[in-house]
Amino acid sequence: MSPFAAMPPKSFEVKPKLDESGTPIGELLEISMGPHHPSTHGVFRMDVVLDGETVVKLKPVFGYLHRNHEKIGENISYLSSMPYTDRLDYLCSMTNNWAYALTVEKLAGLAVPERAEYIRVIMAELTRLQNHTCLIGFFVQDMGALGTPMMYAFREREKILDLFESVSGARMMCNYMRFGGVRVDVSDEWLAQTKKVVSDYGKFLDEFGTFLTENEILLARTQFVGVLPKELAINASITGPMLRAAGVNYDLRKVDKYGIYSRFDFKVPLGEHGDIYDRYMVRVLEMRESIKILEQALRGIPAGPIMDPKSKLRGFRPKAGEVYGRIEGPKGELGFYLISDGSPNPYRYRVRPPSFINLTILEDMCLGHKISDAVVILGSVDIVLGEVDR
Amino acid sequence: METPEQIKARIEQTLPPVKLDILPNECPAGERALLVEAGRAFDVAKFLRDDAQLRLDYCSNVTGIDWPETVVKTKVKKKMLVEGAEKEVEETIETLRSGHLEVAYHLYSMALKHGPVVLKLRTENRADQTHLPSLTPLWRGAEFQEREIFDLFGVVFDGHPDLRRILMWDEFKDFPMRKDYVAPDDLEYEPTPHDEVLDAAKKHYPAEAKPEVKAEVKA
Repeated sequence: MSPFAAMPPKSFEVKPKLDESGTPIGELLEISMGPHHPSTHGVFRMDVVLDGETVVKLKPVFGYLHRNHEKIGENISYLSSMPYTDRLDYLCSMTNNWAYALTVEKLAGLAVPERAEYIRVIMAELTRLQNHTCLIGFFVQDMGALGTPMMYAFREREKILDLFESVSGARMMCNYMRFGGVRVDVSDEWLAQTKKVVSDYGKFLDEFGTFLTENEILLARTQFVGVLPKELAINASITGPMLRAAGVNYDLRKVDKYGIYSRFDFKVPLGEHGDIYDRYMVRVLEMRESIKILEQALRGIPAGPIMDPKSKLRGFRPKAGEVYGRIEGPKGELGFYLISDGSPNPYRYRVRPPSFINLTILEDMCLGHKISDAVVILGSVDIVLGEVDR
Repeated sequence: METPEQIKARIEQTLPPVKLDILPNECPAGERALLVEAGRAFDVAKFLRDDAQLRLDYCSNVTGIDWPETVVKTKVKKKMLVEGAEKEVEETIETLRSGHLEVAYHLYSMALKHGPVVLKLRTENRADQTHLPSLTPLWRGAEFQEREIFDLFGVVFDGHPDLRRILMWDEFKDFPMRKDYVAPDDLEYEPTPHDEVLDAAKKHYPAEAKPEVKAEVKA
């Protein structure tokens, strides 16, 4: 291993290409892509310098949605932050809730009843399904397949959001988990409906796969584009499907075995080349594994209470101390770092946002590629600006 | 994985003279952090990353914590002679804790799948000596997170390749995550002020420019 990490490329010294006699050919063009560009997945801007169509410099600029989520978290009580975590990554509110609840439970020493653990796994895996489905829709749209694939993806996603709505009252801002359990119990009808959605999901993936996975255009646009080497991925703290596409076997569901993930039989799909195609394929295979987990969880869910009797909603004051909790969110490692000083509000409330940190190496991946590839590379990172800007 | 004490002992053996402290953590599920003096932090971090037993190749989370100057009250039980008999008396001791900014690094190992080791660095004070060595040359993953701490807490990382504000705009002057930060009141932009908002917004209106409402008189 090299003594130092790969430092960011010194792209600010860019010069246009030279011809044989040493005179520059043409001029560099600096453009500002975004913040209201349809392919930037929100209010995100890239300062790009182009030599012809080739990217020679790319600096991500964000913060347009910054509302200082962490400061707000320090000024309100522990429980009041729960609905606020929905708004971080607004596609996966269930996993955000779980990460926060898990950290507070670690801090306060609360246990979660068996049934609530099962419900959490079901919700988290449904979230993973709909997040990856959505992402593939968006990302195919970034490549120019306007409309149709995304509509198919959204049709399936809506079925899962209907399940969320019927149990929590909201499609996206679910606010469903509580410290020591979940807010409302699920009914038998809901479980039966979920079973049907899950068993149909494989058919949808087959259909989607026929259209996309071996599509000539998709292969041409994604293979060996935006390659992320294994060493750089580890060093740059990349997590989630992006890391596993680079071939690193690191899934927190296997490493930390939080919740009850040790009970389920599933595999961790890994990529080989670390290019966009691998990132796409890892997500597709992860959805197949999620279906396997969901089938096992729906079969094994026991009856029982859904809240730890020790947990209380009012007057909740964990003892002083600090704790870092993390889960495998659909986008990567979602962590919360809490310091309690014994008062009703946390002294320090920190979110470790996966999409923010996954953006670190955006420039490294885009350099030398065409500007149209930069759009697809950004799409394959899977960012949500509510989480990046916080 | 090794306990903080074992790691501390090995670092002190390999890299003398380095001063390390283990910070207490009252939460049983939490980890105790290693506090490193800023001058040797880079060497210690490099040891943690490259050591064969630890191999902490993954810097998961980097965050800042603001500790302003406060009076810490600790209660101590003392045995004293009260009216001839020995009694336990509680005594409160007030100590002044100097203010500083703290940066915490949560380090894991992807190769050996263990962790975390929490590394903490402290600045001298919160006003002028807020410099710390950057660990981005060791872990690229700290690049944006250190920029965020610079932006929101005002810790200056020496050796960072590209230290700029990241979430706030470049012209912004203050550090919003500090405990003594006061948000500016933007009530002059309030379109329809009323009640307490009106009282607070009044000071933004010049006294003579009060809009006067005249009743229209119909002839």
